[in-house]
Amino acid sequence: MPLPIARVTPDPIDQQSLLASVATPADGALILFIGQVREMNEGRPVSGLDYEAYAPMAEREMERIAAEASDRWAIGRVAIEHRTGALQIGDAAVAVAVAAPHRDPAYQASRYIIDEIKKRVPIWKRERYADGDLRWVDGVQPALP
Amino acid sequence: MQIEVLLFGMYREMAGTETVRLDLPGAAIASDAIAALRARGGSFARLPTEPVIAIDHEYARLQTPLHEGAELALIPPIAGG
Repeated sequence: MPLPIARVTPDPIDQQSLLASVATPADGALILFIGQVREMNEGRPVSGLDYEAYAPMAEREMERIAAEASDRWAIGRVAIEHRTGALQIGDAAVAVAVAAPHRDPAYQASRYIIDEIKKRVPIWKRERYADGDLRWVDGVQPALP
Repeated sequence: MQIEVLLFGMYREMAGTETVRLDLPGAAIASDAIAALRARGGSFARLPTEPVIAIDHEYARLQTPLHEGAELALIPPIAGG
């Protein structure tokens, strides 16, 4: 399997390109998961989220996660992009593209990858309130190997 | 030995800086570096005593020995994805 693409980028995610990058003629199933910024806060208007990453380590962990998914399920290529910087409501923060001959392994791998990203990858986010205030979103203790 | 400490998220905000160079004795382990960092006082004293850490881009235990040029990152609770 070619090396998975796992990138941290300040640029808007090109979702269709990401999906196209994993597809080969051997694949009957293409799954694209998008994590987008939603208005999380109750009662206090949020204008967006600021994402920050420890980029080299985040990329390394995402590559590793993609490799684990490849070992566990009969899938083809994987590509992951996580965006950093100031995002608006509705912007794609993370995209996970998985190609596989069949959909069942693709669905399972896709789910595994996003769940692991949330548990392990050194990325943080801060809510930006309409009044200019900033608040770090509660995180989780990373799952150590 | 000299190591590079990287601070992220709320730790970066607490300490008021993204990066610190530390001089440590030859046999120092990660927790020695954390203690040295906090001992700088001021906003550094607000950092936790036992943060999650990474050494050279890998999560590591606080008892892990350091080496010359190591990159030690303090990792606040994560919220990616």
